[in-house]
Amino acid sequence: MPKALDAIAALRGKWSGVTDRASLDQPAINVPAADLLAVLGFLKQEQGFDMLADVSGIDWSPGVSPRFTVVYHLLSTTDHEYVRVAVDCPSDTLPEVPSAVGLWQGANWHEREAFDMFGIRFSGHPDLRRILMWDGYPHFPLRKDFPLAGVDTLLPDLEVVAETKTNAIAAPMAGGPFVAASGGINMTNAEPRAKDESWNERRPKPGS
Amino acid sequence: MPVEHIFPDSASRNAQGEFETEKMSLSMGPSHPSTHGVLRLQMELDGEIVTKADPVVGYLHRGDEKIAENMTYNQFVPYTDRLDYLAPLANNMAYAIAVEKLAKLEVPARCQAIRVITAELARISAHMMGLGAFGIDVGAWTVFLYSFTEREKLYKLFEELTGARFTTSYSRIGGVSRDIPAGWTDRVNAFCDQFLPILEEILSLLTRNRIFTDRTVGIGVISREDAVNFGLTGPNLRASGVPLDLRKDKPYSGYEQYDFDVAVGTKGDAYDRYLVRGEEMRQSVRIIKQAIAKLPGGKWYAEDARKIFAPPKEKVLTSMEELIQNFMLVTEGPQMPAGEVYFEAENPKGALGFYVVSKGGGVPYRLKIRAPSFCNLSILPKVCVGAMVSDVVSILGSLDFVMGECDR
Amino acid sequence: MVSANSELTYDSKIEGDVIVTRADAVINWIRSNSMWPMPMGLACCAIELMAVAASRFDIARFGAEVMRFSPKQSDCMIVSGTVTYKMSSAVRRIYDQMAEPKWVIAMGACASTGGMYRSYAVLQGVDRILPVDVYVSGCPPRPEALLDALVKLQEKVKRERSFSKLNTA
Repeated sequence: MPKALDAIAALRGKWSGVTDRASLDQPAINVPAADLLAVLGFLKQEQGFDMLADVSGIDWSPGVSPRFTVVYHLLSTTDHEYVRVAVDCPSDTLPEVPSAVGLWQGANWHEREAFDMFGIRFSGHPDLRRILMWDGYPHFPLRKDFPLAGVDTLLPDLEVVAETKTNAIAAPMAGGPFVAASGGINMTNAEPRAKDESWNERRPKPGS
Repeated sequence: MPVEHIFPDSASRNAQGEFETEKMSLSMGPSHPSTHGVLRLQMELDGEIVTKADPVVGYLHRGDEKIAENMTYNQFVPYTDRLDYLAPLANNMAYAIAVEKLAKLEVPARCQAIRVITAELARISAHMMGLGAFGIDVGAWTVFLYSFTEREKLYKLFEELTGARFTTSYSRIGGVSRDIPAGWTDRVNAFCDQFLPILEEILSLLTRNRIFTDRTVGIGVISREDAVNFGLTGPNLRASGVPLDLRKDKPYSGYEQYDFDVAVGTKGDAYDRYLVRGEEMRQSVRIIKQAIAKLPGGKWYAEDARKIFAPPKEKVLTSMEELIQNFMLVTEGPQMPAGEVYFEAENPKGALGFYVVSKGGGVPYRLKIRAPSFCNLSILPKVCVGAMVSDVVSILGSLDFVMGECDR
Repeated sequence: MVSANSELTYDSKIEGDVIVTRADAVINWIRSNSMWPMPMGLACCAIELMAVAASRFDIARFGAEVMRFSPKQSDCMIVSGTVTYKMSSAVRRIYDQMAEPKWVIAMGACASTGGMYRSYAVLQGVDRILPVDVYVSGCPPRPEALLDALVKLQEKVKRERSFSKLNTA
């Protein structure tokens, strides 16, 4: 895979902030948020990584700094190689990175998804709205402090809510899925249990 | 007595003397016969012409990525069935290979070949469904009945192999759930032999059908540049003239051993996308035949992957070693190294990618699913503008998406 | 013996063009054997629903082949697939647009209980927003199971007191 490594070597000469990122497969780099668009543009226009395969957010859980990372996977449609570009959000409370929509139209929906799921804002995005959850949903579901079961929330269609008396409630977790945990010698701790027990028969529901 | 003329000369006409019209907004979906699933298109129309299209997705967002963070790698396999529920066998394989890449695990050649056979059968099944639904969208009901008959034959084969019609969970991390039954490959061969003439018959119902060509040729043209720019993959990308096929260009699971051609379109319209899918099914049959002809012997799972793959049940019940292995796997989960991998497989709908971030242990820290349908649909605001409302139906049918993986 | 019983059944020579029966029996007979489904195809189960409609399983054998995508023309909503919170109001609105009498089949684990999707986005059972008549287990249910549900629903319809409902309405 000389192509991707060449590209990274060329990058290093231009931007001193670019560092190698631990990876088990393709070449990966960390980029400071300020250089992100320049680096992505360089990879696209000069190095032939013309397709944006994927954009995903990562939450390294509350208290960790930097908390949010955005990861871009680029693919070269001619050399058939991938490269991974990661950027840490400078702020942990109001995460924001520049938007790549100017480089790839396809980034539009990916960034909307990262905003929807993590609350990461993309400056310069033409239409940063929620995409998977409904407009007005108050939480960011893929953040680590958000329970899998969800929290009690009002549904958007108030007419239907009035008719059915139903709202979004925390899903019952007592029935599983049960997940094995590494408990060492202590088999009681290792017993498979629901990993997210934000509420069950004994504990009150979040948001209620 | 003079009658009142409701259109006086001066009213509702602009400077050119044309009637002033208002833009109409039309919400198509989320429940609509021609949306393959729960897609909603919020459109703005000028008469019959679409001036703005805003797809609203997320009506089938089930939280798969959050669920993945809350269970072990093995437990997530059934959820991959339900991403692209027209080709679960291919999804299982993509997920299994992604996690195997994380574990640096090589599966035996037999396992790889079995996976290729199942993935290509899944491709035929998915394209058959896409064809049938496309046919219905443009008014050809017969194609659906023909293609579903073939799908039922495939389901019979899947059921014999995996125990389920389409929620198969067949490829597991480190192998496949069981070896192929005796005589199954013969039945697959027999299916392929009878399928080719039927495929030609089905395609002949559409390829030169005047109604079909009128509704697809030159409709929904996606240029080569746009296709790459929007991250389209699979048949939709190839129909626009980009010969990117991960089976050929980044071979996995032993695809490099098989001889097949990549179908590429020239115009990038709905008709090209239909033609590419038709050709892909022929190529799939070619791959299946080759894979069966040189199906290697040996194990169907990686025997050395003791902390990842559960041994066969009869061994668990009779041998101490395997019993312990099974016990540890259930109580501790498969043990993975820390790190991150990204793997894309060429699924029927396009490149299905899994980005796995692991901190070690049995549970993924973050699992991002790169859904081909999600990327393929993101081009709708561009390609629908300027089309007629009825063309939108044809465009949706030709893009052949599944909301299960689009919304995850 | 068949011939011995023939005297007891309807005989046009004796009774002319008159049949005496209960109104409920007639109404329910008509309703149960021409059940027009509203395919609320949401997810994976919708594929099995299509399989039921296609040639091998052929739902036409039970008089329910007329899939109507307009709620105004249909009698029985088959909720096939995961109902998410985002989708739930649309499902309810479509149900509201169906004309009485109407029935609901919750097809599959997701529609019945939320199934394997215990998560923040999924409605935990469509019965929280609609009255459900028949639940079908399975993920997805086999086509035979859906046909069985249809037969069960027909039996249920046959037991209804339709005529007295018509009078009070």
